[in-house]
Amino acid sequence: MSERVVTQNFGNEKAKEIATYESLGGYQALRKAVKMSPDEIIAEVKKANLCGRGGAGFPAGVKWSFIPKDAQTVYMVINADEGEPGTFKDRWLMHWDPHRLIEGACIAAYAIRSHKIYIYIRGELIEGARLLDKAVAEAYDKGYLGASMAGSGWAMDFVVHRGAGAYICGEETALLNSLEGRRGWPRLKPPYPAIKGLFGQPTVVNNVETLMNVPSIIERGGQWFADLGVDGDGGTRCAAVSGHVKSPGVYEVPVGTNLRTILDQYAGGMRDTPVKGVIPGGSSFPVLTNEEIDVPWANSMMRNDKIRSVEVRPGQPFLWGGGKELKSGPGSGAIIVMDQSTDMVRACARIVKFYAHESCGQCTPCREGGHWVATIVQRIADGNGKPSDLEMISSAAGGIGGTTICALGDAVSWSVLGFLTKFRDEFIAKVSG
Amino acid sequence: MSLEFSAESKERIAALLQKYPTKMAATLPVLWIAQEQFGWVSEDAVRLVAATLEVPESHVHGVATFYTMYNKKPVGRLHIQVCTNISCMLCGSDGTLEAFEKRCGLKAGQTNEDFTLQEVECLAACGTAPAVQINDKYYEPVQADDVPALVDRLLAETKEGA
Ligand SMILES: Cc1cc2nc3c(=O)[nH]c(=O)nc-3n(C[C@H](O)[C@H](O)[C@H](O)COP(=O)(O)O)c2cc1C
Ligand code: SF4
Ligand code: FES
Repeated sequence: MSERVVTQNFGNEKAKEIATYESLGGYQALRKAVKMSPDEIIAEVKKANLCGRGGAGFPAGVKWSFIPKDAQTVYMVINADEGEPGTFKDRWLMHWDPHRLIEGACIAAYAIRSHKIYIYIRGELIEGARLLDKAVAEAYDKGYLGASMAGSGWAMDFVVHRGAGAYICGEETALLNSLEGRRGWPRLKPPYPAIKGLFGQPTVVNNVETLMNVPSIIERGGQWFADLGVDGDGGTRCAAVSGHVKSPGVYEVPVGTNLRTILDQYAGGMRDTPVKGVIPGGSSFPVLTNEEIDVPWANSMMRNDKIRSVEVRPGQPFLWGGGKELKSGPGSGAIIVMDQSTDMVRACARIVKFYAHESCGQCTPCREGGHWVATIVQRIADGNGKPSDLEMISSAAGGIGGTTICALGDAVSWSVLGFLTKFRDEFIAKVSG
Repeated sequence: MSLEFSAESKERIAALLQKYPTKMAATLPVLWIAQEQFGWVSEDAVRLVAATLEVPESHVHGVATFYTMYNKKPVGRLHIQVCTNISCMLCGSDGTLEAFEKRCGLKAGQTNEDFTLQEVECLAACGTAPAVQINDKYYEPVQADDVPALVDRLLAETKEGA
C-alpha cells in the first residue's frame, strides 16, 4: 500500500469522533497553521502542486492567491455536491473522516482571510449531513471553530447547507446562486468567484477531497506532497472505481499511477470479461479503449501520446480551450469500467440523456443541442438510426462545446464525441443493421 | 387553507437565519423544514415560506420547482428512487427498476397508496451499484432478486411506526 493521505482513517468507525481524531494527530495541522501567516500557507500549498479534485484540476494554492488582500468579507465554500455520474469518493470521505474536512477547510479559510465556511452538501446525502452536523458541533465545543479558532483569536464559523436535488449546482457559480437561496443557474464568468462570489464577496470554492489534503500538506510540507505525485500534479488521488470490476470502491493512489494498474491491482481486475472501455474521470470525460489505458492517471493524460485525440468527425480533431486537442483526464476521480458485454451506444445514450436532462436551459446550444443529440443517440441505440445520423451527431455535438456559460455544454460534446470517436464501429453497425 | 409552522419549526428557522447575511439565503433550508413538517411542498407551503422569509412568492415557487427533491405532490409511504445512471446500469439497474415496478404495481413516475416510484440520476453510490434511495436511506446494492423481500420488510417497518 502506498501513502494514504485522505483515506488513512477509512475503516476506523471511531475516527469520526473528535477525541479519536485528535488522538490520531488530528487538528495539530490547524494549530500549526494558525502560527503561520496566510501567505506562508498559500506558498506551501502552491509548492505541493495540489490540483483541484472536483473536475477541473486547477491548482488550489494559485486559486487562493487570487483573493484580493484587502477584501473585507471573504467566504470559503466547500463543494460537496458530488453528482458527476461515477463519482462517489466525497461521500465516502465525509463518512469516514469528517473532521479532516473541517480541519482542511479551516486552514484554507484562514489562508484566504475568511471567517466563514459554508459546505454545500447534496440533498440526497442526509446521513452525511447529519454526520457533519455532529462533527461541526464537536469542533465548536473544542474551540476549533467559534470565536477563537484553536486559540488564535481568529473567528471561524462553519455552516452545513443542504442542496435539494439539481446536478447543475455542482458547478461552482450555480452552487453560489443556490447558496444564496436562488435557482441553481450558472453565472457568466468573469467576474470569477475570487473577485465576486458568494453574496457578491470574494469567494473560494473547493472540492471536499481537495481540502482534505491540506492538513497533511501543512504538517509534512508542500515538497513531500509534490513528490508523491508527478510533475506539476502532486499528492495522491481517490480513484472511485465502478462498473465491471471485481472490487469496486474508493482507492487512494499516488497521482500518476498507471490506469490499468488501478483496475487490476486495486479494483481486483475484471469481473467477467476483458476491458472494452474505461471512462477515467467521470462521465463527462472522453472514454478510452483497452489499448489506451496503460497511461499515468493524472492531468497529463490530456497530453499523452498513447491516447488518441477525440474527433468531431474522422480525421478532424475536436479542439477546446484555446485550440488544444481533446484526449481525456482524471476529472472528478471516477473510473467507470466497461467490459466486452457492454453496448457502447447504449452507454453513450444513457450518459448524454443525463446531461440533456440536467441542462439548466440558459444557453440555447446546451438546451437544444443536448436534447437533439440525446434523441439521435437513443434512436441509434434502439436500432432506429440512419447512416446520416452520425454526421448529425458530429455537427450538433461539435457545436455545443465552448459556446456556453458553463462546462455542462462541454460535457455533452466531450462524452458523445468520445464514444463516437473510439467506438465508431458500434455506431456504424447499428445504423446499417 | 393556510398553513402555520409549528413552534419547533419556528425555532429552527430562527436559528437558521443567524447563519446567512440575507433572509433569501434560507430559502432552501426553510423549504426543507416545510417539507418535513407538511410532507410535501404545496402552494400553501410556498406562500408560508415566502411570508416567513419576506421574499416574493414567485421567488419561492421558482426555487421549489427548480429542485427535484421538493415534492410538489404528496408521495407514498415508501418513496423509492432507483438510480439508472451509467454505473448502476452496468450493474443491472434496469432489472432492479423492473422488479420494483412489478412488486409495487406501478410504472416509474407514478404514485399509489403505499409507494412513489421514481427513476433518479446518479446518487453518488456507484461503487455499490445498483443504488436505491427509499425515503431518507440508501440501499446498496439492490439487485432485482432483492426487491420483493426489501419492500416487504420496509412496508412492515413503516406500518409498525405508523
Ligand atoms: C456541470 C458541472 C458540475 C460540477 N459538479 C461538481 C461537483 O459535484 N463537485 C465538485 O467538487 N465540483 C464540481 N464541478 C466543478 C466545480 O465547478 C469547481 O470547479 C470545483 O468545485 C472547484 O473545486 P476544486 O478546484 O477543489 O476542484 C462541476 C462542474 C460543472 C461544470
Ligand atoms: S451550459 Fe447548459 S447547464 Fe450550463 S449554463 Fe448553459 S444551459 Fe445551463
Ligand atoms: S450511477 Fe448510480 S449511483 Fe452513481
